[in-house]
Amino acid sequence: MLKIVRTPIDLDEVLRSVKSPEAGAIDIFIGTTRNHSNGKEVLSLEYEVYEPMALKLMEAIVAEAHRRWTINRIAIVHRVGKVEIGEASVIVGVSAPHRREAFEACRYAIDALKKDVPIWKKEFFADGEIWVGSQSDILGHP
Amino acid sequence: MISICVKLFAMAKDLAGTGETKLSLPEGAYASNVLDHFLKVNPKFSTWKDHLRVAVNSEYVDLHHPLHDGDEVAIIPPVSGG
Repeated sequence: MLKIVRTPIDLDEVLRSVKSPEAGAIDIFIGTTRNHSNGKEVLSLEYEVYEPMALKLMEAIVAEAHRRWTINRIAIVHRVGKVEIGEASVIVGVSAPHRREAFEACRYAIDALKKDVPIWKKEFFADGEIWVGSQSDILGHP
Repeated sequence: MISICVKLFAMAKDLAGTGETKLSLPEGAYASNVLDHFLKVNPKFSTWKDHLRVAVNSEYVDLHHPLHDGDEVAIIPPVSGG
């Protein structure tokens, strides 16, 4: 299951979608929204997506995970729009005959997503807002 | 001339002042010409230029990628999903 959603992610749905009688392990990764960033309090977050490309790259991640590891099923659901502090912004689920493959494929999927999938996070502070990854201090410009 | 649709996101959208625009470019234009256009629109783009990626029809391309009439070109600032 691959989805971009604009409402809270349904963990049970992710779990159901990866359950398999062939599986001996299910690994679930939940990314949640932090209330602090570089020492500043984050009040809320908002995600933007280039949806057709995001889904295409998520499909490629799933295909690559199946190519590299013996796994049964994989699900990736990312939430966009406004997300409150402490809520799940992304859930990855992987089922596999054995736990090692489930752990490794799950880690690969979330790492690959964070590197390439066109989704952007904006953090809102009491005194402003920033697109994460485009801060001048990180990019090394004034 | 070729006509392309440009999509801009996050920081790039803020700098351009729009999330989507049509652009006419000469035949034989490259992905880099789209970035050049936005450098003229807002010189602040130059600060981020080295960190922007370009996608054509939902695939990352390098700046020498040739563009064709009807292409959808996206300006992709550093991603931060997850």
